[in-house]
Amino acid sequence: MASALIKVPASARRGQVIQIKALISHVMETGYRHDSMGAVIPRDIVRRFVCSYNGEEVFRVEMHPAIAANPYFAFNTVATDSGTLVFTWSGDNGFTATESARITVE
Amino acid sequence: MRRRDFLMAGSALGATLALGAAPVRATPAEAREAIANVTRGAPVQPGRVTLDLPPLVENGNSVPLSIRVDSPMTATDYVKAVHVFVEKNPQPFVASFHLGPRAGLASVSTRIRLADSQTVTAVCEMSDGSFWSGSADSVVTLAACTEST
Repeated sequence: MASALIKVPASARRGQVIQIKALISHVMETGYRHDSMGAVIPRDIVRRFVCSYNGEEVFRVEMHPAIAANPYFAFNTVATDSGTLVFTWSGDNGFTATESARITVE
Repeated sequence: MRRRDFLMAGSALGATLALGAAPVRATPAEAREAIANVTRGAPVQPGRVTLDLPPLVENGNSVPLSIRVDSPMTATDYVKAVHVFVEKNPQPFVASFHLGPRAGLASVSTRIRLADSQTVTAVCEMSDGSFWSGSADSVVTLAACTEST
């Protein structure tokens, strides 16, 4: 199971722009490297990252092999209501991971 | 004569091996083509997009990249997507970030791989259908992606 790190402010004022940081441990094997025998190491990357806020998608990334290992993203969203932010990663070889964070909006 | 032939054959073989081992690289033309695919031929205007990329990179395996787009991010005028391209990696695509009016601030950060010293271009798609672009150059000492383990 891949481990993910999420940084979301625990509380915010309504309408405030909050920054969210998300990192997941993953090799992001490019598919362009060769092993010691000269054989191509098959591609194994995270293809997609989605952040949804109370069920509504607020940020999405489509990744290519040029994203560094352990994909990290920092982005912003407006704090609208108290609720849950769900982070989903999916990729090659059936890779999936989900994390969530609570936020309280006053 | 025989020795010379032998040496020449040897150097030719060496050159072939070197060429064979050369990593596949995208070209600036391919990067432009990739951009045209995303914009579907719409004109891309320079401006409104600022890239924050270190000008000198020691390790191309992890290069911090921040992109900021000058946009009010209101319900009617916002950034729909930011696409990032490079010209000398094996593939011209780096990533596409999909934002929306709920982002509040059109700013994203990530870490990318650079296989060579090159220009990184970000193309931004606005809600009104216009495209804007910005770019930044980086000199890379240790390249990423293509080296063997």
